[in-house]
Amino acid sequence: MNIDIIKHRNIFFIFSGILILASIFAFFFFGVKQGIDLAGGTNWQIQIENSAIKESDLRPVLDELTGNSNLTIKSLPEGNLLIKLPSISEEDHQKYLQALQEKFGKIKEPSFESIGPTVGQELKNRFIWAFLLGLLSIMLYVAWAFRKVSYPVKSWKYGVIVVLSGFHDIIVPVGLMTFLGWRQGIEIDTNFIVALMFILGYSVNDTIVVFDRIRENLILTHNKGNFDFAATINSAVRQTFARSVNTSLTTVLAIAPLYFIGPLSLKYFILTLMLGIIVGSYSSIFIASPLLYVWHPIKNKNKVK
Amino acid sequence: MKKNKFPIFLILIILAAILAGLFDYQPIWPKLVSKAHLPAAFNRDWRLGLDLVGGSLLTYNIDLSQVSAADRDSIVRGLRDVIERRVNLFGVSEPQIYIADVGDQRNLIVELAGIKDINQAIGMIGETPLLDFREVEELPAAETASSTAGQSAEPNYKFIPTNLTGRYVTSAQVSFDNFGKPVVDITFNNEGAKIFEDLTARNVNKYLAIFLDNQPIEIPVVKEKISGGKAQISGNFTPDSARKLVERFNAGALPAPIKLISQQTIGASLGLDSLKKTIFGGLIGFLLVILFIIGYYRGFGFIASLALVIYAVFTLGIFKIIPVTMTLAGIAGFILSIGMAVDANVLIFARMKEELKKGLSKKAAIEEAFRRAWPSIRDSNITTLIIAVILFYFATSFVKGFALTLLIGVLMSMFSAIIVTKSLLELFVRDTKNK
Repeated sequence: MNIDIIKHRNIFFIFSGILILASIFAFFFFGVKQGIDLAGGTNWQIQIENSAIKESDLRPVLDELTGNSNLTIKSLPEGNLLIKLPSISEEDHQKYLQALQEKFGKIKEPSFESIGPTVGQELKNRFIWAFLLGLLSIMLYVAWAFRKVSYPVKSWKYGVIVVLSGFHDIIVPVGLMTFLGWRQGIEIDTNFIVALMFILGYSVNDTIVVFDRIRENLILTHNKGNFDFAATINSAVRQTFARSVNTSLTTVLAIAPLYFIGPLSLKYFILTLMLGIIVGSYSSIFIASPLLYVWHPIKNKNKVK
Repeated sequence: MKKNKFPIFLILIILAAILAGLFDYQPIWPKLVSKAHLPAAFNRDWRLGLDLVGGSLLTYNIDLSQVSAADRDSIVRGLRDVIERRVNLFGVSEPQIYIADVGDQRNLIVELAGIKDINQAIGMIGETPLLDFREVEELPAAETASSTAGQSAEPNYKFIPTNLTGRYVTSAQVSFDNFGKPVVDITFNNEGAKIFEDLTARNVNKYLAIFLDNQPIEIPVVKEKISGGKAQISGNFTPDSARKLVERFNAGALPAPIKLISQQTIGASLGLDSLKKTIFGGLIGFLLVILFIIGYYRGFGFIASLALVIYAVFTLGIFKIIPVTMTLAGIAGFILSIGMAVDANVLIFARMKEELKKGLSKKAAIEEAFRRAWPSIRDSNITTLIIAVILFYFATSFVKGFALTLLIGVLMSMFSAIIVTKSLLELFVRDTKNK
């Protein structure tokens, strides 16, 4: 690793800027498709023994039963059909099931979930609190961890940059999921939010590792009197590069098979985690450290060539 | 320095790891327990979440609007106990029933693992009798259309709820009145007896309505003040319906109304399928990690892999002992922690190479490497631990599994880096000076 990260910082800033803008665009343009655990509704997975029966046979019957032409029916692997409805009572569920069985023969129900609309609102409130608390504790932790360094960068600035790069790592998966929501109807659910929280904690720690090295090197070089902030940052990044990449790589390797052969309900949870870990590793090397340099209060005094 | 010091500590660790491995592997462990004539307490099962064994998670909202703020906690606790007794009637193994506060609302959550007929279960939970007494006010005939009693009994009356409800009932039994018709005798506790006394005193020569599940079942005339806390309900019972009502009362009347707001039911076959896929995926992931670190770090990668295997069997053993309810997300959290656990080993190894280069002896280099790597290991896990704790505190049951396995997994990985990796290094690393 011999790239001069500080010198080429604008390339990384532009690259990340594009990623973030695209994600924000996706978020506002495509909107967020919420899962039933957040928005309420029914996910009803059925398996009809007579495999000749298709979505198109089911639709008119269900439309008539529920009096709702907005329901969606999706084919899943292994002959499963997913019916999506507004939330319904157990009585209605049994009524529909009976009616379908009379019409199509034996039906298995691998899963049935019906969630009232109020549940999701509460859940969202909870997650907002959890998220804010997570951000706050991480900021406090970083400010505390860097409390002894005040030259040339104030310790709270480390905290702010760590959190900024955390945002960067979260926005990109959000963008991808809203894009997938638009393309394939993938929904954002509790698992997705949990994955984002994990990414926040994990990628921040990656950034801390790099900053920690910068801090250590600053103390060394500063004492020697020949202070060169850019070079200090570059060498710190070089020293931590292999560890940063390898740590993220082993974590991604451990979970990657679950994306391909794991159960369907984990698929996008794992995808979000993998993307977040990779983006987090990238941002701690190529974004957070240059940001520290850009924000450096006395950079003009010590211009580096 | 002695060259071949017998690594007793390491051997103990490895023996413990083998034992833990046997303990983790469900098909073998019960056989070993019975062969070795160990007490049955050693026989532990994995506790699997509903999404893996199949079952239902029912969320009820508790309507506390009629309950004063001071009484809410005791009502909610009472409600939980009542539902628990109800649920135990239909024989589900280890039902989980708990209260979740959501904003200013209270929810009651019922987890029924492996239940076959969820429709019946929902019926039985919901049907628990909600008994209350209501005062009756006579109305001019015109104003009665909106009566909540529907078609039943006296359409010319308005019912005014009182605070005498089933929560004060301590017992109920079937008896027969003078005409040989079955009636239900109920007994109130002291508090209920007092309310009943006041209520009857206030309504002498008036009607007093007895409602069960929001339906009036009897509207007798109060002849005199009733003290002592006993009341007799003589609806149109058959011996059978009277007996059923008593059973329901003795399991407990619901102290507050509940409403089913969500239901999540996973079939047993889907659960098993998910479990198999997740375990298989996890094993492949574990293998990939091991291949990578051996490929990249060579000899040290081998040591780290050994440490990783030991870490994994111990952590699984802890999950089983506690026991942690393993959900899909929970297993994913554990697999994630395996990938993360590599980091601590790499940190130690990198430091050790530096120290050996400086010419330190093997023992000193290992000591120094651990001393210097420890702050980094600690710091690099702290933010993940913070997030795991927050998630555990805020999240619902499926997510709690993820937070808990991640938390335990990360803590164990720090512990295993210090204990396991260190012992392995002491065995395998040779003094550079002797080379």
